[in-house]
Amino acid sequence: MDAMVRELSYAQAIQEAMAIAMEMDERVFLMGEDIGVYGGAFQVTGDLVERFGTERVIDTPISELGGAGVAVGAALTGMRPIFEFQFSDFATLAMEQIVNQAAKMRFMLGGEVSVPVVMRFPAGSGTGAAAQHSQSLEAWLGHVPGLKVIQPATPYDAKGMLLAAVADPDPVMIFEHKLLYKAKGPVPEGYYTVPIGKADIRREGRDLTIVATSIMVQKALDAAAVLEAEGIDVEVVDLRTIRPMDKQTVIDSVKKTSRLMCVYEAVKTLGIGAEVSAMIAESEAFDYLDAPIVRLGGAETPIPYNPELEKATVPQVPDIITAARDLVKGVR
Amino acid sequence: MPIEVILPKVDMDMATGQISRWFAEEGATVKKGDVLFEIETDKAAMEIDAPASGVLRDVTGREGVDIPVGAAVAWIYADGEAYGTGVSAEPMKIEAPTSPSDGGGRAAGAGGGEPAAAPPAPAGRPADPPHKGEGEGRARATPLARRLAREAGLNLSALSGTGPYGRVVKADIDAAIAKGATKEASAEAPEAPAVASTPGVKAMSDDQVLRLFEPGSYDLVPHDNMRKTIARRLVEAKTTIPHFYLTLDCELDALLALRTQINAAAPVKKTDKGDAPAYKLSVNDMVIKAMAMALKAVPDANASWTESAMVKHKHADVGVAVSIPGGLITPIIRHADEKTLSVISNEMKDLASRARSRKLKPEEYQGGTTAVSNLGMFGIKDFAAVINPPHATILAVGAGKERAVVKNGEIKIATVMLVTLSTDHRAVDGALGAELLVAFKRLIENPMGMLV
Amino acid sequence: MGTASKAVADSRANLPFVYRQYSAEQLKHVLYKMYLIRRFEEGAEDSYTRGLIHGTMHLSIGQEASAMGICMPLGEDDQITSTHRGHGHCIAKGAEVKRMFAEFFGKTTGYCKGRGGSMHIADVAKGNLGANGIVGGGIPIAVGAALSSKMMKTGKVVVSFFGDGANNEGAFHEALNMAAVWKLPVIFVCENNGYGMSTSTARSTAVKNIADRAAAYSMPGVIVNGNIFSEVAEASYKAVERARAGEGPTLIESKTYRHRGHSKSDRNRYRTKEEIEDWMSNRDPITLFENELREFGFIDDKGIEAIRVAVAQEIADGIEFAKASPSPHVSETGNYVYTEQA
Repeated sequence: MDAMVRELSYAQAIQEAMAIAMEMDERVFLMGEDIGVYGGAFQVTGDLVERFGTERVIDTPISELGGAGVAVGAALTGMRPIFEFQFSDFATLAMEQIVNQAAKMRFMLGGEVSVPVVMRFPAGSGTGAAAQHSQSLEAWLGHVPGLKVIQPATPYDAKGMLLAAVADPDPVMIFEHKLLYKAKGPVPEGYYTVPIGKADIRREGRDLTIVATSIMVQKALDAAAVLEAEGIDVEVVDLRTIRPMDKQTVIDSVKKTSRLMCVYEAVKTLGIGAEVSAMIAESEAFDYLDAPIVRLGGAETPIPYNPELEKATVPQVPDIITAARDLVKGVR
Repeated sequence: MPIEVILPKVDMDMATGQISRWFAEEGATVKKGDVLFEIETDKAAMEIDAPASGVLRDVTGREGVDIPVGAAVAWIYADGEAYGTGVSAEPMKIEAPTSPSDGGGRAAGAGGGEPAAAPPAPAGRPADPPHKGEGEGRARATPLARRLAREAGLNLSALSGTGPYGRVVKADIDAAIAKGATKEASAEAPEAPAVASTPGVKAMSDDQVLRLFEPGSYDLVPHDNMRKTIARRLVEAKTTIPHFYLTLDCELDALLALRTQINAAAPVKKTDKGDAPAYKLSVNDMVIKAMAMALKAVPDANASWTESAMVKHKHADVGVAVSIPGGLITPIIRHADEKTLSVISNEMKDLASRARSRKLKPEEYQGGTTAVSNLGMFGIKDFAAVINPPHATILAVGAGKERAVVKNGEIKIATVMLVTLSTDHRAVDGALGAELLVAFKRLIENPMGMLV
Repeated sequence: MGTASKAVADSRANLPFVYRQYSAEQLKHVLYKMYLIRRFEEGAEDSYTRGLIHGTMHLSIGQEASAMGICMPLGEDDQITSTHRGHGHCIAKGAEVKRMFAEFFGKTTGYCKGRGGSMHIADVAKGNLGANGIVGGGIPIAVGAALSSKMMKTGKVVVSFFGDGANNEGAFHEALNMAAVWKLPVIFVCENNGYGMSTSTARSTAVKNIADRAAAYSMPGVIVNGNIFSEVAEASYKAVERARAGEGPTLIESKTYRHRGHSKSDRNRYRTKEEIEDWMSNRDPITLFENELREFGFIDDKGIEAIRVAVAQEIADGIEFAKASPSPHVSETGNYVYTEQA
């Protein structure tokens, strides 16, 4: 790759991806609340409206259901919309269009149509926005056949996976952790894609596999660095796509390390950790397990406002270190 | 390794027990033989001694609650033994499963398997008290350790686990292999069964069965729902009900004579197919009636087993096994004890004919308090039938045949029919079953009793 | 569709809209299609009662003039989104009944290859983007299709059919607002048959006419007698002209009636026999249209009979086609969930 690699923030990487997609394909356009001159609630669209005009960077009324439906309809009829929910929590207002329409249209019509819509969901806690602006609802959509659901964890993946999503013929839902928007990382210039449905081994290790998603990937890497000093060698698998899940990468990793821990911010129960754990228990990796599977997920509560409580509701680096140490040392 | 203190079985019929009083408390130093606690049964209070000397820890068996037999209620740690890490170099002692209670009586909870109800976890402790020796000698081991042990031919239960709760982990297998544990060691010890909690032999898979036959040498007929239901219900009945069997000869000559007489006396009824007798009794109709009356005479045997109570029926509802194309079904003559022979006979004809055309309504074949299965028409001499829950009994009826019998020192010819009563031992004990069968025989041999 | 010649037009100057606007052949074809919709639904109902169709279906018998009238001025490239009561829309937009029957029978030759059934009947090639099982679900989608038309400058007009029940869904309001703000080429057609399942509009809807809602979104709200073909077609014609001229959306309320219940499990407890009987005998849209055609000399009894015979044949052939078509194999259950990778 000759492309220049610079440091960009996650938000800048997404913005650059959207700009490239719009330059390459006139069918691509952006829709969302306050994504124009305001630049988006998290400044992800930034000044794209100045480059592409209000016809292709469309501010919608505060109408999540209608807006999502318009995006679905436009995708159904030849356009390539990228629809931004201001907060992923607001997508609950649009579940009808996402779950009943976008996900099922191709199937219901016997393959006669496709719905190449991309939807972006700023998600997660840590901003003090309290219970209605901090949720991680990706598992809701991960449960719906017909959707693809991704959670890029780095600026590099954010750009490459968004470009892959725009090129994808099916609806792709992108969950972006709000605390990641400012995270910086190397991003090549120009067009490239990162495949949907492929996990990434961020760190190789022998003693324990940590399957993490989104912001928990970096936390797991931080924990792994501490554990390394104690002689515990952690492998960190960034799941990246939760539907369709890259089972084989996880299976191969667990066969190597014989221990599995899942770390994710969403509420622990009935979440991605349950899916990964059950998948491993059903797989050939079962006979390689040398310890019980451990899940570290969010508390069974809404996200609280108070910053200390807010931190306590989601796994933090020390929680991962403790749980990993207990697991490897045989305390659990 | 800490020594487990269990709630012991101290009475034959005991599945659970209650601790009425502890004599030592958490953290106390106890000597082997000291009285630890008292168990209350319905017969007596029993004092239980400490199985070892040391410090009493993790007292999870609370006073006044039902605790399954064999469950751990506390642990005794040797002086100086580390507490709280769950790791010890001492080999884990695996308790042999409690032997099944003799006499075939009510034996729930005996013979291993999961306890019926786990005791509630005490507050302030993790919900996972270290049960050991649970199940039939099943060792706690990780899937990886199990696989490695299997591949190395090691007997898992002979290994000491260094993982949490004595779990055997990969390191233990590696250590055992390094120490030179050989395949011979396991030659007499069977491989740890993968599904040890289910007693009995695991059924062969479809593939395993088919592989025994040459391809093309058979046809595969898919099961219909009736076949599936029969298979499921019979497996359930035969594996969950403790069957036992009683067989008796019944002489039929008086009954056959009475039957001829009654049938001859049948009034003539006009039907669309011309005149016909209003009834025509079969031997089986009389068997149904006799069974129903016998149950009325021995009401304790007219019962159904449930886990919480004995169901004592007020009516005798007799199911009759009817063979139909592709299977069998058991329509029920309700209140057969109260019905006349002619009513039973006509009802039976109607039920049997509708059974054959699969026109029975569920309420016509569900329930019942006993059943009769008659294979006499095929000349079968004697057989034992599988109980059809919720019944506690079923009577298998063989063919009536002339036989030489000895009476008062003389050989005479009598028509003899063998009947075998299967009973659910949980509900009908041996003597009670015998009483029922004798009452039945008395009615068959003195059939006038069925007319009054 | 071509229009009647000048001379013919003059002689029809005092007749209602469609008799001035369209040729006799076109109007006879409309009658054919109205019969085709009626007989298709009767045939589907009959096949349902014979156990050839499973699930349920929502019949639009009594609403044929509405479907035909709205689609009359549309071209083949124009698009519609339809509803659970969408058989009429599908036929009016040009679908073949044999492939519709095949879909209802769950066959691979059906429009959705047996995956959609009655409730998701579609004919994308003819511009029907699909019936929708969610009340109001198709309205924002139609707005999205209209946005595509505007952005890609295709000149397509999009019609969104929905019922009176949908006018109380949030999607209706959000979609109408956006279409008006962005002046999109979309026509909202509310087929008001008086009942959302069992609940009458009087009990469910705060405004007297659903067309009154248009004022809130700054668009024309037009009320037509949905059982009179010419009235419906005239309103649709004007709305299409407005949309094509870039002037934005129109809301048409087509007041009509369904002769049958809501679905196959409806016991009709919420309306009287007299009410149903009145609509069937005095306001049947096919009878009304047929009478006008006869009165104005566009067709005679022989011509009507010929249409009926031809329709009966097409329906019978359609059912045979469906019966003879293959069912999908269960191994294909997972098809069409995602776009197949080449």
